Amino acid sequence: MSDIAIRVENLGKQYRIGALQKNGGHYTYKSLRDSIASAASAPFRAARALMGRNDSETNHDEDTIWALKDVSFDVKHGDIVGVIGRNGAGKSTLLKILSRITEPTTGHIEIRGRVGSLLEVGTGFHPELTGRDNVYLNGSILGMKNAEIAKNFDAIVAFAEVEKFIDTPVKHYSSGMYLRLAFAVAAHLQTEILIVDEVLAVGDIGFQRKCLGKMGEVAKQGRTVLFVSHNLPAISNLCVAGMLLDQGRLTDIGEISEIVRRYVTTSSADIHTDLSLRTDRKGIGLARFTEVSIHDLYGGEQACSASGETLAVRLHYRSSRDEPLRNCRVSLSLHDMFGQVLFLCSTELTSSETVNLPSSGIVQFTIPRLPLTEGQYSTTVFLEVDREVQDWIENASKLNVVDGDFYGSGRLYPPGWKGKGVLVDHSWSILTGSLACLTHTR
Amino acid sequence: MKSNSTDAAVAIQVDKSLIPLTVIDPSSGWVALKLGELWEYRELLYFLTWREIKVRYKQTALGAAWAIIQPLFTMLVFSLFFGRLAKVPSDGIPYPLFTLAGLIPWTFFSNGLTQSSNSLVSSANLISKVYFPRLTIPLSAVLSGVVDFAISFILLVGMMAFYRQAPPLRCLYLPAFFFMAFVTALGVGLWLSALNVEYRDVRYTVPFLTQFWMFATPIAYPSSMLHGIWRTLYGLNPMVGVVEGFRWALLGTNTAPGPMIAVSSIASVLILVGGVFYFRRMEKTFADVV
Repeated sequence: MSDIAIRVENLGKQYRIGALQKNGGHYTYKSLRDSIASAASAPFRAARALMGRNDSETNHDEDTIWALKDVSFDVKHGDIVGVIGRNGAGKSTLLKILSRITEPTTGHIEIRGRVGSLLEVGTGFHPELTGRDNVYLNGSILGMKNAEIAKNFDAIVAFAEVEKFIDTPVKHYSSGMYLRLAFAVAAHLQTEILIVDEVLAVGDIGFQRKCLGKMGEVAKQGRTVLFVSHNLPAISNLCVAGMLLDQGRLTDIGEISEIVRRYVTTSSADIHTDLSLRTDRKGIGLARFTEVSIHDLYGGEQACSASGETLAVRLHYRSSRDEPLRNCRVSLSLHDMFGQVLFLCSTELTSSETVNLPSSGIVQFTIPRLPLTEGQYSTTVFLEVDREVQDWIENASKLNVVDGDFYGSGRLYPPGWKGKGVLVDHSWSILTGSLACLTHTR
Repeated sequence: MKSNSTDAAVAIQVDKSLIPLTVIDPSSGWVALKLGELWEYRELLYFLTWREIKVRYKQTALGAAWAIIQPLFTMLVFSLFFGRLAKVPSDGIPYPLFTLAGLIPWTFFSNGLTQSSNSLVSSANLISKVYFPRLTIPLSAVLSGVVDFAISFILLVGMMAFYRQAPPLRCLYLPAFFFMAFVTALGVGLWLSALNVEYRDVRYTVPFLTQFWMFATPIAYPSSMLHGIWRTLYGLNPMVGVVEGFRWALLGTNTAPGPMIAVSSIASVLILVGGVFYFRRMEKTFADVV
């Protein structure tokens, strides 16, 4: 069985979320006072907490969640495996356990070979240190030996294209240079097993291509790679096998094209996003969003929306009181995967009067021609009643967009530009020489 | 670059039978210390320490002079208030020199303690993104203080020259007392850094702790003010042994290693051993909690 690189059996990871909910949804650090307070009622439990005892057995189910449960799989040497799943499916937790950053709650893992994990580029980079210093520092943090870094140093610098600035503190670097250098170090990690999380989403398009090329090169060297990304085309190109995670469970494992297809079509979670259990929300919370759902022109549910088609986003809300909500402001904003706001839809922008809402119901935003290119986007929802923020959830739901004919020209968006920016109506004309002169002299 | 990658591929083919096996299982209770692993990661320890040292005085006008200013001004204040005004005895040594010999190891200790207790929290991004023995973080925080200690030691040597105080031969024992300060700083730092991950109260406790501890250590006054069994018990504070050891080795005070310093060294080792075990036990939850 020596051709197995990674063997995972019945892996499970439990997190405690009780503390989060009790504090009204805001994450607070456990303070000594809390422990002392609970010590008054249950001295033994607090003493055990202080000593780091994992008292999961005694916990009630509602205080804990299983980020991963009963996950078992084998990865052969030289396999390039793509791990896909929605946010919160347990992908990052799986990678963290395999990289030994955190311990599993149950299960057993055997890994044959040195593991290099790239969960982030530029870990440990210090802005005050020069590029050269940071290469050595970051390399050693990633687990490279000093000699190994020295051997690859020139290649790293050349790959990052920062030769001229290698002895400048990285705080003076542009963000592009910074990321290129950070990725370049990571790309030269020469372990038998590589664990990679979303690090390809760095830099400009040219550099992203270069990174993907480097990953392809790595794949050909017979190393084992576990690769998490939302970039489905990249995953399909690089990986041979795929794993689909859903709510902490491994739902499918097999050939990558099959897994990607299944991921795109298993969609109920994409149409309806339940918000009632979300704890990362701001606002008073007398009225709260309960769900976001995605619909088409006719109100039918849809998992993927096409550019240029009508998109309807329904925000379901409920108030804890029976009276109507006066003077409301509801908004929905769309963000790209980097969290950059692309556009905002708001009741306030499109109507001059204040809005009164029933105590519970649905606010639907309709976008007649969806101006987004293929990719995955996220929404932020916001509800204000009488100048008081009631509910505000960032990254509330996902929106999957597929290519569509926005301009009615029969053409699709050029590849490589997908997921970047928004589509706007525009026209163009060719000006003759004299007119061009005119515009220049103005 | 090309040749490197093919080399690596070949190496992997050859080494297949020798590939290390890692087993990950959930652990419970007290766990092994795995100090061997710490040794494997000695290069990382070196780089983390080196980063701390390089970054410490970046963008400061006075730079490494701060390592001297801190004990120098404390010495001046102590000499004025305790030496001149309160006429605190100083075992027959000029008071400024007497208090400085305590302040130099003390400053190393209190800086090491403060730095290491905050070290895990300020390295949260490292802890949640990369695996390596977490012990390297507080250890490098204390280690980086050695350079400051060396710089401030020049001040002590200068003061000894000023007072024409030639060091006795027993100053060769000095590294042992320095090591004791190191062990204590690391031991307490391990306890506090691990606690700090879960209880941010530690951040507010540390300034008090170092202040109280300073007055519980014979820096402004000699331990010879205590007698008999009390003096031995006083040694339960390991810094008592360190400070009196420094004075004995450098200034020739009458505080030769005896029961008090023995108690101090045992106490410092116990703090460190307890700290390492507690740290290792809490280590597995760091990435989830920090």
